[in-house]
Amino acid sequence: MSPTLTTSSEANGNVSSATARAAASAAASAETAGPQPVTMAKALNTAMLDAMRAEDSVLVFGEDVGMLGGVFRITDGLMKTFGEQRCFDTPLAESGIVGMAVGMAINGMRPVLEMQFDAFAYPAFEQIVSHVAKMHNRTKGRVRLPMVIRVPYAGGIGGVEHHCDSSESYYAHTAGLKVYTPATVADAYRMLREAIDSDDPVMFMEPKKLYWSRDLVDLQALRDEYEGKTGAATEGRAAVARSGTDATLIAYGPSVPTALAAAAAAAEEGRSLEVIDIRTIVPFDDETVAASVRKTGRAVVIAEAHGFASVSSEIVARVQERCFHHLAAPIRRVTGFDVPYPAPKLEHYYLPGVDRILDAVDDLQWEG
Amino acid sequence: MTISANDAVRGKTGQGQPAPEQAEDTYLPGAAAEAVRKFGITAEDYMLPARHQIQMVDQDGNVKQYSDQGAEPGHEYPLPDDEELLAAYEQLVIGRRVNDQNSALVRQGRMAVYPSSHGQEACQVAAALCLADGDWMFPTYRDAVAVMARGVDPIQAMTIFRGDWHSGYDPLRHKVGIQCTPLTTQLLHAVGVAHAAKLRGEDTVVLAMCGDGATSEGDFHEALNFAAVFHLPVIFFVQNNQYAISVPLAHQSVAPSLAHKAVGYGMAGERVDGNDVVALLAVLDRAVKLAREGSGPLLVEAHTYRMQAHTNADDATRYRQDSEVAQWVARDPLSRMRAYLTDRGLLDDGGEARITEKAEAVATQLRSGLGEDVPVDPQDLFKYVFSKPTPQLREQSALLADELARDAASDTEATQ
Repeated sequence: MSPTLTTSSEANGNVSSATARAAASAAASAETAGPQPVTMAKALNTAMLDAMRAEDSVLVFGEDVGMLGGVFRITDGLMKTFGEQRCFDTPLAESGIVGMAVGMAINGMRPVLEMQFDAFAYPAFEQIVSHVAKMHNRTKGRVRLPMVIRVPYAGGIGGVEHHCDSSESYYAHTAGLKVYTPATVADAYRMLREAIDSDDPVMFMEPKKLYWSRDLVDLQALRDEYEGKTGAATEGRAAVARSGTDATLIAYGPSVPTALAAAAAAAEEGRSLEVIDIRTIVPFDDETVAASVRKTGRAVVIAEAHGFASVSSEIVARVQERCFHHLAAPIRRVTGFDVPYPAPKLEHYYLPGVDRILDAVDDLQWEG
Repeated sequence: MTISANDAVRGKTGQGQPAPEQAEDTYLPGAAAEAVRKFGITAEDYMLPARHQIQMVDQDGNVKQYSDQGAEPGHEYPLPDDEELLAAYEQLVIGRRVNDQNSALVRQGRMAVYPSSHGQEACQVAAALCLADGDWMFPTYRDAVAVMARGVDPIQAMTIFRGDWHSGYDPLRHKVGIQCTPLTTQLLHAVGVAHAAKLRGEDTVVLAMCGDGATSEGDFHEALNFAAVFHLPVIFFVQNNQYAISVPLAHQSVAPSLAHKAVGYGMAGERVDGNDVVALLAVLDRAVKLAREGSGPLLVEAHTYRMQAHTNADDATRYRQDSEVAQWVARDPLSRMRAYLTDRGLLDDGGEARITEKAEAVATQLRSGLGEDVPVDPQDLFKYVFSKPTPQLREQSALLADELARDAASDTEATQ
């Protein structure tokens, strides 16, 4: 049975639930206390579960998200827990999914949508760019669209064509969209909760090659921290994923673990690299990034997406504008080549890897 | 799945063994099953439009014989009451005045652009009048008269064309979506509003508007399909005004009619004379009633004509003949309604004068409201991108403020 939805004459407002907290803590007590190995998939799933418990207006829908639990199982069990009114399958039409969600958000809901794969979100591009991004602006703030569009993105999984695009730059380029992309299991939980609670539309880019990565995480502690508002917000705040002094590696989403691996390898050679995890591409944390580069004087930006006219080129421009006099060398980029995402047997040539990152670091005009 | 000639349905109409309710539901998808129960006709006859368009008052203002109105079993339409028709006539006169006033304001350079619905006023008025207060409407850029008829202030409705912001009214307050320029994208928003209302158990009906050319768009298909699959109370109201800018309907579709498209989605379709406000109200009122009762979505195609060019930037003489336009002058929605109401003794010179006065008052409001130089605040550029401006937007806002302050300072110096 699905819980009854609160009737609200306040369209576009919050439909709050008083029973949410109790339900959440009851479910949470079933989980083992303390840090456990948790996958990013589980963290995302738990974030949606908790958000749906906290707020009746949160709805989850898309293709195969119901009975199947999504092709990546990220929505596993949500239909069973909340019923077909709150988690349901739609006809196979991405523009329809996003367009319908716009209407639901206008009328008081907080839809969380799943686009099955990055490149399959393109039929929804007009709805996203012309309506999701602009509705708040066009109506002078009278209509807010609190909706989350989850996009499993990027490569490294040996997928056939159109299953591995890095599409974040299209969305980041569009004024009015927030663009989040978690790189750790704990951030996946925190950032998805924040995205669902945001009054602005969020493109939530999930690095699909990290879905089954595990971190030691205490989900109950994360939940308490988020719901008790004791943790720091992630929006607009990059994380220092590893401290270092010689150069800064700037990465996001799927490239963060690669950057960390490169930093670990560099450490063995006696070079101390700092790794910045951007977390939210929009809004962008200029401060944290610039502070790191001013400290180290050198930077390499890493991204899977094509380099040309991309998030990585934007980061280089911003760092250059803010840190020019602190730079000991031109900023380097390690990105995907400007070619369509390759077939599985070629993708390792395309993807930024540890060696290519270390080569770029070696090129940062070290003296002596 | 075969929908027509279904044994279970025939059983229901007494032509064979009655089938259990359950069995009927498994044979027939949502809307069809409801309708078959309600009207005792086959699902196919329910979903296909009547053989002829519904027309109740001819172009000279005479009520047609019932047998000539296009009605069929399950497609039956009583005449709307006099009060509703008088209200409609008043809105028709105001709508025509608004269309012509705005076109004049564009020629005078006081409005950036105005896509006129001159000739389509009956559709505009009926679309607004068929809805209840709690219902929603999702209009296109050519539906400003419908937006006004729904109660939106004329100046707020025209803000999009005056050019000081994209939309001037509050969609939530009026339950009117913002006038949409990308074709048929708003139909999906209508579907979403209806879906949210249904999940909360509200009986909201949503009317979603588009034109004939727009039926070629993918979102038209997706919206109709979603509404049908989720069994939502949405009325898709297509104003077939014969042209998508310059391209005639024959280049958009070779379907028997646009209303015939309904059957492909499992919903009911109907064709109506789009210049006969009596028939429009009859058809739309019933569509709203059916949708509110839970019969699912419906598609209504109104056959009308765009009397003027697409906008002031268009030249209609390049793609259509004057003789064609002249035929439609004779079918004008206002003159036929005036004749009908006068003949029935519902409208006299005094009544006509009072309505004209109201229309003039709106025209005066438009002339003064759209003529004035509206002050714009450049800082509004940054205020509404997100619920709170990002640090980057705050920086850009400061940059513009500084630029303007320096401009103002140098202007002051220059005048000293």
